Amino acid sequence: MTLPTGSAATAPAGDCNAAALRRDHAFERLALFGLAVPALVLVIVTMAIPTAWLFWLSFVGDDGSVSLVNYQRMIEQPSYMRTFVATFQIAGLTTAICVLVGYPLAYFLSQLPERVANLCMIAVLLPFWTSLLVRTYAWLVLLQRTGLINTWGIKAGLWSEPLPLVHNQTGTLIGMVHVLLPFLVLPLYGAMRAIDRDLLRAASSLGATPSQAFAKVFLPLSVPGLTAGGMIVFILCLGFYVTPAVLGGGKVTMVSNRIADNIEVFFNWGAASALGVVLLVVTFALLWLAGRLARGVDLFGGGHG
Amino acid sequence: MGPSAALDITIRELTKAYGPVRALDAVDLDIRAGEFLTLLGPSGSGKTTLLMALAGFLRPDRGSIRFGGREVVRLAPHKRDIGMVFQNYALFPHMDVAANIAFPLKLRRVAAAEIARRVEAALAMVQLGGYGPRRIDQLSGGQRQRVALARAIVFEPRIVLMDEPLSALDKQLREAMQIEIRQLHEKIGSTTVYVTHDQREALTMSDRVAVVNHGRIIQIGAPRDIYERPNSRFVAEFIGESSFLPVERRDGVWHHGGTALTVATEPAGSGRHVLMIRPERLQLVGEGDGAGGHAGRSFNRFGGVLANVVYQGDTILMQVRLADGTPLQLRQTVRTFGAALPERGAAVRLGLAPEDTVLIAEDREGAR
Repeated sequence: MTLPTGSAATAPAGDCNAAALRRDHAFERLALFGLAVPALVLVIVTMAIPTAWLFWLSFVGDDGSVSLVNYQRMIEQPSYMRTFVATFQIAGLTTAICVLVGYPLAYFLSQLPERVANLCMIAVLLPFWTSLLVRTYAWLVLLQRTGLINTWGIKAGLWSEPLPLVHNQTGTLIGMVHVLLPFLVLPLYGAMRAIDRDLLRAASSLGATPSQAFAKVFLPLSVPGLTAGGMIVFILCLGFYVTPAVLGGGKVTMVSNRIADNIEVFFNWGAASALGVVLLVVTFALLWLAGRLARGVDLFGGGHG
Repeated sequence: MGPSAALDITIRELTKAYGPVRALDAVDLDIRAGEFLTLLGPSGSGKTTLLMALAGFLRPDRGSIRFGGREVVRLAPHKRDIGMVFQNYALFPHMDVAANIAFPLKLRRVAAAEIARRVEAALAMVQLGGYGPRRIDQLSGGQRQRVALARAIVFEPRIVLMDEPLSALDKQLREAMQIEIRQLHEKIGSTTVYVTHDQREALTMSDRVAVVNHGRIIQIGAPRDIYERPNSRFVAEFIGESSFLPVERRDGVWHHGGTALTVATEPAGSGRHVLMIRPERLQLVGEGDGAGGHAGRSFNRFGGVLANVVYQGDTILMQVRLADGTPLQLRQTVRTFGAALPERGAAVRLGLAPEDTVLIAEDREGAR
């Protein structure tokens, strides 16, 4: 078969544009990567470098030499152990309360028409628009001995003595749940919205009562969102500072409060850094464990399509 | 799975309005026990609304639905004992194939050994034997559709509903599945209501087709009745190709312009009518009367000019413009012609046998 003369005359020589096309492809990849550079630089400067520096500091003793004295202190002094237990206890309780309150809320939102749900979502997110400190002090006003809740409760005859709602663990939990609830609801709501309604219809056409359809289809499919939200809340809890400081009234000492004490009161950066490192390691260990237990769970993804 | 006792479905005055739009407009429909009935209509016609009302996912404003004489219009979906196949399959992604199919059986507290047996039988029935342990996301679209089918029939429901189950598959697979679903229906024998917007699918699969538009059933009948005797311009246009000639009745005879027509059956109603012509029923005829191998037959004849000739592989579509400007379509198999196809601009004469004439009233329902 002979080629028509016209096409033979215009056929490109050699590699037929292969090298040029490869170059274009490489350039596009590079340009795409360029978009991530600012964020990458930011993460390195604000996260990786300070973390590495703190990690190094934690191995520096009071006299400036390399030593394990900061870690030794944590093992020898029982107060440190108590701080860690208290931290994980409060983080666990806060996460549990957030799940109990947030799951029904997210379910309710996911069943609303999308436009109404978006409006309700604004209400959920509204607290983010005010400062954390303002919100925390607002709780102090509500919860203290002569606060609104105790005044009204006693006036209404619900209880006679002011309830100890603040300056303790109760107050800390109330404040932390309030602050962290949206972090649970958002990913959970996303996962629930992603659940195809036809799946529930299918379940009911196959004979499932509404509660059976929920337990066997909806709940399992919402678990990835629940896990993601729960993890976020739990991890944020571990590093919480303002709320336990204000609402705990000195009786609740979480790791971050201890870190602040070490720096502000004792100027001991080594001890503070060691606390930070241990918290980081324990958190990673727990996340790994949770990942093992809930295998195949996508931490920051939504539900199944 | 033995054939279960199928139920008949009786629908009366079923109405559902969304604001001013009547998705269902006082629908009356009788579905026979064991039949394969297709609801056919364009999108937004109300066919899916009707199916959802049958399944119980949609609460109508008024009306009655009876399954075998039992009123179900207020019954919750899970109490209706209906097998349903969804457009997007709606398989549970967190269960494997076997668990999906076992789902309705477990809810009915069937013994484990019996469940295993029936799941395997259902899989065999949809030609997926051994696929039980597969994850849903390991399956192709066609396999998912079969699993959805198996799940819908495994508990031997007496009514099966299908909502455009093949619309996501490519053409070849879709056509194979049409035949398969039809054979499956014959095996299990349950009353099946099938929704589609694909007229060819409806004709291929159904015992009867109900053509739906504007929330009403425009025509119901066997595929051949619907195609060959459409009762309205809407049905004629929606199913298959058709041309329409304006006609009028003068001195007891139908005329198109000056041409008197011989028709096989007189329309029941009076008023304005059009003559519906299926393109494959028209023939090219020679100049002289009775020529072209059709001697002795009294054809209705129309003269015109070829406006366009389109080669489509198996057939040739010819667009003809009649002397008065009316467009007419004619479809011929390619082998009717030799090497040379007729050319655009050629004068042609078309013949239409009296038994192929269908007169349709212009003002019937569905034409809106």
